[in-house]
Amino acid sequence: MAEYDVNKMPKKSPLSVQINLEKFEPATDEEKHQQDVMSQSATFFKDGMRKLRKNPLAMASIIILVLIILIIIFAPMIVPYGYTEINTVNGVRDKSAKNLAPFTYSEMEQESIANGGTRFPHIFGTDEQCRDYFMRVVYGTRVSLCVGFFASIIVLIIGMIYGSISGYVGGRTDLIMMRIVDVIYSLPDMLMVILLSVVFKEILSFKSGTLLASLGSNMVSLFIVFGLLYWVGMARLIRGQILTIKENDYVLAAKAVGAKSSRIIKRHILPNCLSVIIISTALQIPSAIFTESYLSFVGLGVSAPMPSLGSLANTAREGLQSYPYKLVFPALVICLIVLSLNLLGDGMRDAFDPKLKR
Amino acid sequence: MSENGYEHLLSVKDLHTSFFTDNGEVQAVNGVSFNLDAGKVLGIVGESGSGKSVTAYSVMQILADTGKITQGEVLYKGDNITKWGERQMRSFRGKCCSIIFQDPMTSLNPVFTVGNQIMEAILLHTEKRGQAARDRALEMLQLVGINEPDKRLKQYPYELSGGMRQRVMIAMALACEPDVLIADEPTTALDVTIQAQILELMQDLQKKMGMAIVMVTHDLGVIAEMCDEIIVMYGGRICERGTADEIFYNPKHEYTKGLLRSIPDIKNMKERLIPISGTPINMLNMPKGCAFCPRCDSAMKICLEAVPEEIRINENHLASCWCNVRDARKNGEGAAEK
Amino acid sequence: MSDYILEVDHLKQYFPVRVGMMKTVPLKAVDDVSFRIGHGETLGLVGESGCGKTTVGRSILRLYEPTGGTVKFDGEEITGKNIGPMRRRMQMVFQDPYSSLDPRMTVEDIIGEPLDVHHLYGNRKERREKILHLMELVGLNAEHATRYAHEFSGGQRQRIGIARALAVDPAFIVCDEPVSALDVSIQAQVINMFEDLQAQLGVAYLFVAHDLLVVHHISKRIAVMYLGHIVETADADELMDVPMHPYTQSLLSAVPIPDPNTARERKRIVLEGDVPSPLKMPTGCPFRTRCRYATEQCAAESPQLTDRGNGHEVACWNK
Repeated sequence: MAEYDVNKMPKKSPLSVQINLEKFEPATDEEKHQQDVMSQSATFFKDGMRKLRKNPLAMASIIILVLIILIIIFAPMIVPYGYTEINTVNGVRDKSAKNLAPFTYSEMEQESIANGGTRFPHIFGTDEQCRDYFMRVVYGTRVSLCVGFFASIIVLIIGMIYGSISGYVGGRTDLIMMRIVDVIYSLPDMLMVILLSVVFKEILSFKSGTLLASLGSNMVSLFIVFGLLYWVGMARLIRGQILTIKENDYVLAAKAVGAKSSRIIKRHILPNCLSVIIISTALQIPSAIFTESYLSFVGLGVSAPMPSLGSLANTAREGLQSYPYKLVFPALVICLIVLSLNLLGDGMRDAFDPKLKR
Repeated sequence: MSENGYEHLLSVKDLHTSFFTDNGEVQAVNGVSFNLDAGKVLGIVGESGSGKSVTAYSVMQILADTGKITQGEVLYKGDNITKWGERQMRSFRGKCCSIIFQDPMTSLNPVFTVGNQIMEAILLHTEKRGQAARDRALEMLQLVGINEPDKRLKQYPYELSGGMRQRVMIAMALACEPDVLIADEPTTALDVTIQAQILELMQDLQKKMGMAIVMVTHDLGVIAEMCDEIIVMYGGRICERGTADEIFYNPKHEYTKGLLRSIPDIKNMKERLIPISGTPINMLNMPKGCAFCPRCDSAMKICLEAVPEEIRINENHLASCWCNVRDARKNGEGAAEK
Repeated sequence: MSDYILEVDHLKQYFPVRVGMMKTVPLKAVDDVSFRIGHGETLGLVGESGCGKTTVGRSILRLYEPTGGTVKFDGEEITGKNIGPMRRRMQMVFQDPYSSLDPRMTVEDIIGEPLDVHHLYGNRKERREKILHLMELVGLNAEHATRYAHEFSGGQRQRIGIARALAVDPAFIVCDEPVSALDVSIQAQVINMFEDLQAQLGVAYLFVAHDLLVVHHISKRIAVMYLGHIVETADADELMDVPMHPYTQSLLSAVPIPDPNTARERKRIVLEGDVPSPLKMPTGCPFRTRCRYATEQCAAESPQLTDRGNGHEVACWNK
């Protein structure tokens, strides 16, 4: 048994080692540097994507979101029903198509099929106005996603500008700006939305047929409220990031080189906030969708006949006993979207978090 | 195993430690063996990534979750502590072997008083309780040279300066009179004048209490001042070991020679430094041969193929470098020719 | 062209610190500091943490606005004036190789930023050439230009930082502990590079560091700071051989020497106690609370730097 006790080691005389004499020739540089391979050039982004791919929940969320988006884009091309269109069979209004269960046909439709016609199945059934429910859910999802997305963009832009100025300038300006943020934070948002929608209903009247008219004054007031109130969270976050980044030596180095403040903010500070911005926007979208759904549920959302997931859920309340599926479908879609975006946002935060110092 | 009649106080035999990370297995320690006797100061010197801290942590078994001792044994008074369970290790740490860390700012718990933290060790490992424990803590503070010790007992770490915090750390480590004290870069974060105070304190305490010290550092100056015996590490392996005089005045490993050439020579401060070319080794991909080979100016073909064996240079000095084998052969042939 | 590239006279840098609801007390980080640096020379600035050596460098570069005193660059006074045009002539190398490079920028962009800010090129091709030339100067390969900072080791990052400082072809560089965060074997590489660049380009350095051996090696003259004051200035060899100020003497005796014989033989002068807080500076000489030779005069009045011959300046009543 070989013992490694250094004191007990056989007093190896250097001459006793059996070595091939040739091996004592000096080694060339190529031989020495065979192992010197610099690893694949990886930008921060690629590194983060690699980590993200390893996260099963995040990948599942991406797949679900992509599926939902594909469906809402391509469904109207496949399904022949419209979202406001009352079910018609051969040009005749079908009053018997009220509140059909999924994949069932109304009497008139069954007649028509028996006579050799084809009818696309009602995947989610129909609602109490004889409209195809699947298309209503699809359009409702479109509305909710758009609202969520655009509201988040508004929040992002306002919050980013406000937060960067406050964080970069610092001192008294920062103090005042942050106190304003505190005041806005303390306002009750739901109350504000309700008040503003009432006010805007009076003030705004849109030309019928425009996008704004079809969205309704409620929706517009929602956007305005988001723009006025919800940016504060993002502003605080960005200000915090900037305060941290400002302490780094590379900002000082840029100042020493003679770069102006605008250049420093644009080229050094904001790009380093990027991952935080993306992640918090990803987490902001479900919050906006949720708020919109809530408002629609209480009747302050988009005006009829434009559906939104929340208003669909609201209408489904009445027939809950007899037609539970009408609540299940929109609620399920809300849950899927919100959950996926949250999981994706979390996954991105884990993958891109720059707190890991090399 | 033997209870008494052991050869060395601490004996590390062929230690291999690896960290199993997402990127692969990082072989931090690759075959380290050394002995430590009572009352001696052993210095382990190496740069970042050489494996010196990991060796110390492996002895105490306080590695991170991803770290594991993959091979070898650590014998304390003849007993193999790598085989011990967590309970036995807990009675080992603090009582038989203590450690002080580099950064005194973060090594003390900010929400507990100084007295509380010193007494924690006393309460865990001795039978002293209450006032007796407090008295012992006071005694320790006086021993490490802190003035107004009863006032300090009630203070929190943020109220103390860096030098004082390091003294408190030393007091904590020595409260139960361990046989071995491991000091992991104890003065790197301190100012030069405070560093001198702490090193002098450690030498004093060692004379008074007779414990063995393992000094892990990258500072060659500290090593020259404090240590009887020195181990030079690179790439998780021991390059060379010997007394301070042997290592500094008669280096026999290319890495040690390179290190000594790259610091200013006190006899000739303006002479141009001769750096070691290249960058420290990447521990994910340990080469087949000598770890230092890619950076070595005198590398030979055999260095690429085989890890050098440890050769005895003289009774105080061993080195693992093929250059010694080559030189000995040359001398041997020269002598044979005459 | 004046005799000196940099003349600093009675530089003061105070930071207001809030100590009560309404009260602010000035933290005197730099208090009445004066020195000169000749063209193409290196002045080493040493001291322990809190002595103000980093602040001196940053005040000269106007990263902080000096509270008082004058700074003359190549004979021209720059304090109180717009520093903009001067930024081309003086630059800085930072201590931490990890936080001094923007992680979102490629090496090319990092080194090219000074060129962009000062419009030092005509077209993109010229910019590229200048950047590649700078990389070669500091020993980096051309293919590294498109890589990101986090892919390099500490020593290489420091080289990138030096290339960035050289991009504007400055006459003076403040080196703020540039090798402290590096391994010993890499330190030597970077120190040699500093020396080579000085020989090639004639750049002057203010080399701020706490490692006395390194400072002695690279500097022509050394200034020792304590609590915001310079206590001694002399030629490097003279300061190390014949230190006169009590603080310098104890500092030198405390430095660990990597030579066992010297370590055994020398006698240590161990200072008692800790550095006083800069908010509550002792009256008169700042060192008197820890000095063996302190007298009443030391408490009453702060000593000024006086030349003891050979350019060796000491601020002490007793030595």
